[in-house]
Amino acid sequence: MTAEQIIFLLTGALIFSAALMVVTTRNLVHAALWLVAVLFGVAVLYAILQAGFLAVVQIVVYIGAIAILFIFAVMLTRKEMRDKGPQTRANWWIAALLGLLVLAGLVFLILSQPDINRTAVAMPEGLDTVRVLGTALVSPDAYVLPFEVASVLLLAALVGSVYIAGIGKKP
Amino acid sequence: MTFWNDPINFIANWLTGLLTGWGLSTGLATIIEYALGITVMIVFAMVLDIFLVWVERKVVARFQDRLGPNRIGPFGLIQPFADIIKLVIKEDITPANADKIVFNIAPVLAATSVIVLWAILPLSSKIFGVDLNVALLYLVAAGALGTLAIIMAGWSSNNKYALLGAFRMVANMVSYEIPMVVTLLIPTILANTMSVQGITRAQSGMWFAILSPLAFVIFFISAIAELGRSPFDLIEAESELTAGFNVEYSGMKFGWFYASELLHAFTFGGFMAVLFFGGYGGFFGLEKLLPWLNNPFLQALVFIAKAMFGYWAIMWIKYSMPRVRIDHMLAFNWKFLTPLALVVLVNTAILNKALAGLPAWGYTLGMFFSNVVIAVITVEILRAHGRKQRKAEKKLTPQMARNQEQAP
Repeated sequence: MTAEQIIFLLTGALIFSAALMVVTTRNLVHAALWLVAVLFGVAVLYAILQAGFLAVVQIVVYIGAIAILFIFAVMLTRKEMRDKGPQTRANWWIAALLGLLVLAGLVFLILSQPDINRTAVAMPEGLDTVRVLGTALVSPDAYVLPFEVASVLLLAALVGSVYIAGIGKKP
Repeated sequence: MTFWNDPINFIANWLTGLLTGWGLSTGLATIIEYALGITVMIVFAMVLDIFLVWVERKVVARFQDRLGPNRIGPFGLIQPFADIIKLVIKEDITPANADKIVFNIAPVLAATSVIVLWAILPLSSKIFGVDLNVALLYLVAAGALGTLAIIMAGWSSNNKYALLGAFRMVANMVSYEIPMVVTLLIPTILANTMSVQGITRAQSGMWFAILSPLAFVIFFISAIAELGRSPFDLIEAESELTAGFNVEYSGMKFGWFYASELLHAFTFGGFMAVLFFGGYGGFFGLEKLLPWLNNPFLQALVFIAKAMFGYWAIMWIKYSMPRVRIDHMLAFNWKFLTPLALVVLVNTAILNKALAGLPAWGYTLGMFFSNVVIAVITVEILRAHGRKQRKAEKKLTPQMARNQEQAP
């Protein structure tokens, strides 16, 4: 086993157990913290796949935002921040069955890929992935349209939230 | 390749030879070397941190017209060790109703969020951890971890002051992250890369602080806010919150917060040097005439001197400015810094292409004077705004007086 495989297996175990803790822990703030662990694990996966940009953005966007989620969890929940009710419903087994079916389907799909055992091609020396990504985002024959549409959407959301916040206030 | 030209690779080659000579595989030898390298880097950062405690105490004493520690050792140099012994032997208290695991992870995470920054800090052209092509985003990501550590500390302490401090920290970090990220884009545009080595090399002719002084000023202000230092130290306003997020911490756990704050300030001094003052280089082309300036040890000395100056400037502001009120702090960011940062960014992006054909001096002058024009316009707008506000206040006062007379 190479070092990369060991890191992958450890990260996978971290993501899996942390994700399990997110849904089973009764403390909302702990759930947010376990979610941070899951998202950090995903960032490590990106780093193993040599997608450094995605890994860093994953941490900036998700862990930075989880911090905010954390604050909202603290402010919006009851004093002791514990849920004492039952954790499952009567039809939990249907959800479990569906989840297992989706897992089986995914595993089947991945295993049926012809080149599943192929090792990844090494990146050419001196390739600046960020530069390639940046060029692709603004070149007309690549992703400039989706990129601009997403920007306009975000701007619209920003303007809309400012407008809603300003309703009923004197200018 | 000798030790003086390329110390890290020299030692690494020697270690590889030694370890493979002992019968280890090359892969294992590489892993051991990386682990050793990381350990040495962390130890260097932490030892520097001990020294920073002394620097901080001496400098604050000078600003406040005192002498500072001067009893233990020459110039009080052994004082930090006395501080450490005091912190280590202090009773380690965990509040009874605290969330114990989160409470204990928080100081570790706070220190981690600073030490990971040293991975990308270029001490010299040959002495650095890793040359990432997303280094500037990595800087922002490490800041997100620092925020998380402070919130964890504030929440798990189960103390209302600590929680309030953490809430303020989020407001502070989330808002000042925006001008900071925008100003990080300006060196990226000027150097055409996000790698810190590339940014340093791009400044060998001219510092970015001269090409875009406004970007430097905005970065400096938002860096201080990101550090949570005065005048943005609302997270630990001792007169309102006793000590903010770390009020329940004692002994070495408090020590970790304190140490990571000092190291963070120094590290940001280092990043200011890298992004705007040429980092380890930036001798204005002098290194072509005097090749000994390219010695990695000399470069490391130059870098640490520049970083120290940045750290000193941060302390200078910390110990001579009063704390700002929270609504002023947020208004200053959203109504002033963020729009200004965006204007400077657009200006830099356009002029960088428009002036690309000019010779170096024309490009530099164009960039510099465009910044001066923006600064003058900003000051004029601020003055007009201030005048309007003062007029409105004058008008209001007699009316308010009449209202008070009419009131029973």
